[in-house]
Amino acid sequence: MILSRTAKAALAAVTGLVLLVIYAPLALVVVNSFNTSRSFSWPPDGFTTKWWNVAWRNTEVRDALGLSLQVAAVSTVISLVLGTMAALALQRYRFFGRDAVSLLIILPIALPGIVTGLAFQSLFKSMLGIDLGFWTIVVAHATFCIVTVFNNVLARLRRVGGNLEEASMDLGAGTFTTFRLVTFPMLRSALLAGGLLAFALSFDEIIVTTFTSGTSRTLPIWILDHMFRPNDAPVVNVVAAALIFASIIPIWIAQRLSQGNELVGAKT
Amino acid sequence: MLWLGVAYLVALGGLFVTAFWTTNEFSNTLVRVWNTDNFEQLFTLDVYRTITLRTIGVAVAVTVIDAIVAFPIALFMAKVASQRWQRIMLIAVLMPLWASYLVKAYAWRAMFSSTGPVNSLLDPLGLHLGYGLPATVITLAYLWLPYMILPMFAGLERVPDSVLEASADLGARGGTTLRRVILPILAPAVFAGSIFTFSLTLGDYIAVKIVGGTNQLLGNAVYDSALTGSNLPFAAALATIPVVIMLVYLAAVRRTGALDEL
Repeated sequence: MILSRTAKAALAAVTGLVLLVIYAPLALVVVNSFNTSRSFSWPPDGFTTKWWNVAWRNTEVRDALGLSLQVAAVSTVISLVLGTMAALALQRYRFFGRDAVSLLIILPIALPGIVTGLAFQSLFKSMLGIDLGFWTIVVAHATFCIVTVFNNVLARLRRVGGNLEEASMDLGAGTFTTFRLVTFPMLRSALLAGGLLAFALSFDEIIVTTFTSGTSRTLPIWILDHMFRPNDAPVVNVVAAALIFASIIPIWIAQRLSQGNELVGAKT
Repeated sequence: MLWLGVAYLVALGGLFVTAFWTTNEFSNTLVRVWNTDNFEQLFTLDVYRTITLRTIGVAVAVTVIDAIVAFPIALFMAKVASQRWQRIMLIAVLMPLWASYLVKAYAWRAMFSSTGPVNSLLDPLGLHLGYGLPATVITLAYLWLPYMILPMFAGLERVPDSVLEASADLGARGGTTLRRVILPILAPAVFAGSIFTFSLTLGDYIAVKIVGGTNQLLGNAVYDSALTGSNLPFAAALATIPVVIMLVYLAAVRRTGALDEL
């Protein structure tokens, strides 16, 4: 390698510094959730677990969390089914408008969220006259969650090719038997990765949700609603800290997966 | 199977048709008469020109900062770190990506608060960095940083060590190799990353709300006219601005081969 010893040391130092800056804000939120001061003055005044207790008893937070989990679960299931079907169709068959379809699937992620949100709102409210609520959020979320599943499955299909399936068919297995015994096992880890991403994406989404949720409140909407109220600050902070801890879960799952790399790299 | 795609296209199409309608000023109802008033307003009112330019400025600043910050990390990960460290660092860089967007923006609100750590460091120096555009740029750069590190890392990893050694053997110093070998190879990856940082910034209005003080970006203007002002046609017209900017940007970047790096 051409880098001199000093250059390497400098690179390491810069990298360390940036990593420090990446984690400092997250650490601050966690520290503040145990801070006795309501206004989070720095350095912290003292240690308390009072806010965690208060947040735990807050029914609004629990309801919002429940709604978020439900929306994320349903959107993930929908996007797993549709994303897999779309990927299979695009990889296995050539048909008219194939490129247009793949562009269409990527579009909801490529366009700014506010455009997608606004488009859905005008579709639901002015064109279809549907009341905004659980299902409008799910439809909007599923639309952009499909992309993650689609990308993961498509990448896997490209890698493994169609030989195994052809072999299975030659040996007399029907379409469904082949899917159950050959295609699905090949796709399993890709589906898990895509599904996990879809779940995280939906759970975290706020912009499209703002436009499609009406009066129901998911957890991100609740946080945003209460963030600017000084009285609620400690509870908001505890929720934020809890979410930081929760984000370790998908990383942990990614590590448990044998193809861990695929999952961590999947969000690009 | 494609019902969602169709629903989405209809919604998008509908939105842009709406941009050519107006609302009745007294009753706030939609008047479905074809006209270009909204776009005329957009081009004649100074406010929107200012907001558009400010948004593009912020997007460019965020992209440049991310590119500069991401480069040493990506280089370290790809060319210096051992296999084991590479893996650990990849996780370390990606962990925050899984943390909630809102939580990260909120974390920076805490960092920049008048009694927070940033200002407790700056106060002795007689400086103050409160909520405003600089805070917005830092927060957005922070939020989108992994989107820049990952394509850069992938791009650098593909540069074989032998190429760098060849450059050194031919007498190039580190700086020359960097400029004439690494950067040209890396360019498509940087542009690929910039698609994310750019488009994500254009559409953002929440981070600005949280750390931007009273400043507005395009997203805020769209949000305000859609939800607060309930002028959907005007919001739709406004929303075409980021879409057009993004399309122009994609077309420009396409020549560099960045789209294959996504």
